[in-house]
Amino acid sequence: MGEVRLMKGNEALAEAAIRAGVDAYFGYPITPQSEVIEYLSREATKRTGMLVLQAESEIGAINMIYGAAGCGKKAMSTSSSPGISLMQEGLSYIASAELPCLVANINRGGPGLGTIQPAQGDYFQAVKGGGHGDYRLLVLAPYNVQEMADFVKLGFELAFKYRNPVMILADGALGQMMEKVELPPQEPRVHIEYPWATTGKPKDGPRRVITSLHIEPEKMEEINLRLQAKYKKMEEEEVRYQAKNLEDAEYIFTAFGLVSRIALKAMDLGRQKGYKIGWIRPITLFPFPKKIFAEVSEKVKGILDVEMNSGQMVEDVKLAVCGNTRVEFYGRMGGVIPTPDEILAYFEKMFIKGE
Amino acid sequence: MEPENVDVMVEDIVTPENLVYRKPSTLIDVEFHYCPGCGHSTVHKIFMEVVEEMGIQNDMIGVAPVGCSVFAYHYLDVDMQQAPHGRACAVATGIKRMLPDKYVFTYQGDGDLAAIGGNETLHAANRGENILVIFINNAIYGMTSGQMAPTTIEGMVTTTSPYGREVKTMGYPLKFGELIAPLPGVAYVTRQSVHTVQNVRRAKKALQRALEYQKMGLGFCLVEIVSNCPSNWKMTPIESNKYVQNVLIPFYPLGDIKVPEVKK
Repeated sequence: MGEVRLMKGNEALAEAAIRAGVDAYFGYPITPQSEVIEYLSREATKRTGMLVLQAESEIGAINMIYGAAGCGKKAMSTSSSPGISLMQEGLSYIASAELPCLVANINRGGPGLGTIQPAQGDYFQAVKGGGHGDYRLLVLAPYNVQEMADFVKLGFELAFKYRNPVMILADGALGQMMEKVELPPQEPRVHIEYPWATTGKPKDGPRRVITSLHIEPEKMEEINLRLQAKYKKMEEEEVRYQAKNLEDAEYIFTAFGLVSRIALKAMDLGRQKGYKIGWIRPITLFPFPKKIFAEVSEKVKGILDVEMNSGQMVEDVKLAVCGNTRVEFYGRMGGVIPTPDEILAYFEKMFIKGE
Repeated sequence: MEPENVDVMVEDIVTPENLVYRKPSTLIDVEFHYCPGCGHSTVHKIFMEVVEEMGIQNDMIGVAPVGCSVFAYHYLDVDMQQAPHGRACAVATGIKRMLPDKYVFTYQGDGDLAAIGGNETLHAANRGENILVIFINNAIYGMTSGQMAPTTIEGMVTTTSPYGREVKTMGYPLKFGELIAPLPGVAYVTRQSVHTVQNVRRAKKALQRALEYQKMGLGFCLVEIVSNCPSNWKMTPIESNKYVQNVLIPFYPLGDIKVPEVKK
């Protein structure tokens, strides 16, 4: 067993970044995730030589990532909702230029300046592209502090495998709460010469150009088709989810991130009352685990989707089940975290008393 | 006047002993897309001459953000990244911090550098990022066909100041070089032009000095080049060079604005 510590989610993510041999972090303070840049500023450079740079804005930060990633380096940032909005331009360019990077959104309540309390209102922004044009981020949704750490390494592996930005979509509670976390071993920072990376024109080969600009429509369509083929491959190979009690389930509770733990507790409470409830937690939000929802939709009486927003992932659940079963939604917004009791009560109201 | 001997072929003239002009090997041998008479082509050429002469082609990464020169990577035979509009200095920061031993430059227009990218430029300068920023100031948005730029001078007609720039409502033209020169992170600020042969030579020298300063690690270097835009100024190339001389340079005086103290 590796080193075990009691840490905040934000700190665990930062520590994992150091241990994953990340080359550069560019960020800008914003609650509720400023612990990441604070922790890295204290720890990272002296331990691994990792660059930690406080940018002038999230716009600056994401473009510094573009430059660093374009050199083949492992570059990342973290922010929270308003800051992530500012990064959308850069993420669109990074996706189009096919550069790898990792960005974590410690989601807070919105819209606007909103609140510093936890929320999941940025699901659409994270999963459907967020910026302009047809592109996708590969989105990972941790549900505990352990995964806040684990998804850093996984995120970079996926980012470099697909040369695509990866987003960790967490929320303010996951960032702030403390849990036991088993830390991965320290990996060295290594420089790999990628053929696409701009590190100075090779003496024996052509210059490298990293661009998202293709004026000719046919060329731009070709790029789009290549991107779409990549996203399709992600849908075939990278779907991750966790499920419980599907064998005898008549109903499914589904949720992502922190809320999935609350939904899991609600499932337990429901089972104690005799309801045969199963549980599905999407871990990759894009690619969305459509198949498992399609499978269970053939045999369950209904699915209750719970989110800390007005109902965003529920649209993907509905697309996946394609009308095969009834899908209901329960959500809280503005930083309010739903309780297991209220989830169960809503389930009984919609599915049991209505029957 | 008709040539006396029409039988002389061009191949007979282009011989090593007659060679007075050539493209540097660091410039890709394709036609420029720039409008006839535009200063971009000249700046590309002299910059790549400097790169060739310094022998640093393989140790250089450039950043081309949005503007007419976004396609600079079609011509400059060095590794290049195309950046979002205005973000060149942030992208260059990411590159230089990862590869501090490489020469890193941006090539930006006035709208890119001073309007939409003002914040990125200012803060890269203030951090003393050890990069070269080549700033083409033609007082207009070229690529989008002639709108007002932050550097458009008072009274100048553009498509978004059709009655001339009125500073009371549209603000004053911005002298970005003078703005950042006092910052301690800024090593070198100079304003040059390429509208005469003499000025082209001076501009080339300035670019070379800036790269030498970068090698010494002195900090942020800005080489502003007051240039022309015949198409959007609706002038012939010659008229546009006269406009540079008679109208722009009086407002944007040429010369060094800040020079580092270099120990010999």
